[in-house]
Amino acid sequence: MSDTAVAHGHDHAHDHDHDHDHDHKPTGFRRWFMSTNHKDIGTLYLIFSLTMLFLGGAMALVIRAELFQPGLQFVDPHFFNQMTTMHALIMVFGAVMPGFVGFANWMVPLMVGAPDMALPRMNNWSFWILPFAFSILLLSFFVPGGAPAAGWTLYAPLTVQGGMSVDMAIVAIHMMGISSIMGAINIIVTTLNMRAPGMTLMKMPMFVWTWLITAFLLIAVMPVFAGAVTMLLTDRHFGTAFFNPAGGGDPVLFQHIFWFFGHPEVYIMILPAFGIISQIIPTFARKPLFGYSSMVFATAAIAFLSFIVWAHHMFTVGMPLQGELFFMYATMLISVPTGVKVFNWVTTMWRGSMTFETPMLYAIGVVFLFTMGGLSGLMLAITPADFQYHDTYFVVAHFHYVLFSGAVMAMMGGTFYWLPKWCGHMYNETLGKWHFWLTTIFFNITFFPQHFLGLAGMPRRYADYPIQFTEFNQWSTVGAFGLGISQLLFVYIIVSTVRGGKKATTEVWDNPEGLEWTVPSPAPFHTFDEPPVVK
Amino acid sequence: MASHSPEHYKTHYYVPDSSVYPFVSSIALFFIALGGASLVNGYAIGPKMMTIGGIGLASLLFIWFRRVIAESPDYNMDVDKSFRMGMAWFIFSEVMFFAAFFGALYYLRNLAVPWLAETELLWPGFEAMWPSSGPLGAQIVTNGVPSATEISEATKYGLIDPLHLPLYNTLILLTSSVTLTISHHALRASNRAQTIIWLAITVALGVWFLALQVTEYIEAYQQLGLTLGTGVYGSTFFMLTGFHGFHVTLGAFILFIVLLRCMKGHFTPERHFVFEAGAWYWHFVDVVWVGLFIFVYIL
Repeated sequence: MSDTAVAHGHDHAHDHDHDHDHDHKPTGFRRWFMSTNHKDIGTLYLIFSLTMLFLGGAMALVIRAELFQPGLQFVDPHFFNQMTTMHALIMVFGAVMPGFVGFANWMVPLMVGAPDMALPRMNNWSFWILPFAFSILLLSFFVPGGAPAAGWTLYAPLTVQGGMSVDMAIVAIHMMGISSIMGAINIIVTTLNMRAPGMTLMKMPMFVWTWLITAFLLIAVMPVFAGAVTMLLTDRHFGTAFFNPAGGGDPVLFQHIFWFFGHPEVYIMILPAFGIISQIIPTFARKPLFGYSSMVFATAAIAFLSFIVWAHHMFTVGMPLQGELFFMYATMLISVPTGVKVFNWVTTMWRGSMTFETPMLYAIGVVFLFTMGGLSGLMLAITPADFQYHDTYFVVAHFHYVLFSGAVMAMMGGTFYWLPKWCGHMYNETLGKWHFWLTTIFFNITFFPQHFLGLAGMPRRYADYPIQFTEFNQWSTVGAFGLGISQLLFVYIIVSTVRGGKKATTEVWDNPEGLEWTVPSPAPFHTFDEPPVVK
Repeated sequence: MASHSPEHYKTHYYVPDSSVYPFVSSIALFFIALGGASLVNGYAIGPKMMTIGGIGLASLLFIWFRRVIAESPDYNMDVDKSFRMGMAWFIFSEVMFFAAFFGALYYLRNLAVPWLAETELLWPGFEAMWPSSGPLGAQIVTNGVPSATEISEATKYGLIDPLHLPLYNTLILLTSSVTLTISHHALRASNRAQTIIWLAITVALGVWFLALQVTEYIEAYQQLGLTLGTGVYGSTFFMLTGFHGFHVTLGAFILFIVLLRCMKGHFTPERHFVFEAGAWYWHFVDVVWVGLFIFVYIL
């Protein structure tokens, strides 16, 4: 089997000039709207994600502007609540998840040596549902009562009472769910069925492993979320009583179903980030990833545990004591596999020939800052302590440390790491480093003070606050605007790199590992028409 | 890519050429979703949007599947395997969708209702029992068809007798799984007449099941006073059986299309992915029904 594949490989090298004629790219509408090409669809996902990042970021800046001072300055409280709700929905479902799917589309076929995703037309459908789903979500600003304002968790009974915008959010979520499930099925099938000869499961790059497990989580929990919002819809309009105690229901049921989805969801947003970090660190430490198999098993363990910890989001809702204890211990258990990962990254760097190009700076930044978010998560896991922290800015600080300095910064690092492979040009290293330091510093100015605010008792999701919280809030607002403006630099770097710059070599970096570095930069429109052989 | 000879695809993975179907299907979904949100809020444009979107999506899927059928001779066994894996994971997602509703049933029945009864302060006199339609819901009167006087009191409801229509339906669906398997074996043995006969019987059993289910719903609404609004019992009963019925409809439709394709001779004993996908789906709705029969009707 592998002999014939080698022979094919030689033929292919010989044929390369002819193949170039075959490499005709479609143009215009045909290329961008009718694509079956994993690279183009990946690009679409990434552009969509970046657009949503700015949209959600603008909403965050409205929130921070309002909170610069106590009292009401710019917006009324109802609009403030719409901002917090929509900021979260857009960032979670519009920026972070599609961003990682974009990385998966670009990199998984390249990393496993496949010609494309396994189901290319469905891949395009997964993407194109998203702009329409978010159009519906954003149109909700213009219906009577404005956009959803009950928080992104859409808790009943508040959402049972909301206006038409809640229904629009529900149908938009259904569409996003369809998109996510189809995308996840595609990634699983590509990974399991399209690997090059010799690429055994335990030889797969960590990014592919993390996405394989993430895709499993997506298929397992997105339908549960669909079920939850369907019950919400029928409670709102068709007289069911799932969340209505008068009919024997219970609003807490919504929280249970929501978080059965919601907790695996947070790992859906962080596992691919772990994957990206696990690709970057070995390249710039010039050592193979330490403890590869323990990394795989740690990822699987995190995924398993994610299904049995959901109620730690609702410790204060009034659960039986046994429940509080079970969910506390199960949650704390997650720090074990997560710790394995952090130790493996640090050990990979140990005595490596380290250099600090922009992707590496991001990777190290993520390891530091994500770990801080992990530690504040451990504090939140302690049930009696959580009674104090619940729904305060401490929680807001915690999940922004894992979501921004975990997920989003990992994607930024991944962008710098693979951008030369995508577009064939090197980015400007000086500007890249500037972007890293501005982002990291402003991020910490924004969110570190929120730990103190939360510990002092400032609740989240309020447009106003008592005067003693003013100073930390002002730090946070200044940081947020700095963070937002710094991202313009990110766009500038990407655009200028795509347009021109120093030609990138095939390897781009210093002897990196992986099949993606064996194809030219930029990666040709069609790659691995003949499967490569992995020894 | 798609202009290669059939020989080419024996060694190469089939990457389909570009297509406008996904984009247009997304527009159709947009109309259905926004139309649905408008409909439930009483906007007259809602049903119109849904109709446009629904017709659009149905036509698109018809054209899309027709193209896939036309291309299918070029698919090699790797593509076939991808389709199988895709279908299996899709069914897994469906299992999780039903799991949410079964989970809700468990929670409401074993936790929510007892907790409501525990707190005398809130709903004095409410006693935990199952079925329950909650403290302010209608009260259960009997375990069968209630008398005319009982029904006349609007706040009472009766229960479906599990050993009547639901039992028949269980037998029908279980039988249909057997007939489907016989049909599959016939297909593998290249016996086309048998394949078609047993598959047609399977589809007929599916339609019979649906007809009985509709009868049961009419009986529940008109004679028993059991509706979607009958508290948590009505909610879980109709949502679970309703979504199941919807899936049976879809499964029967898939099998009907497969039947037409069998008649046209589209399948070989080796290559008949759609047949197997439809069969897996059918067995899946069958298993869900067994769960419903036990947890919704009997217990």
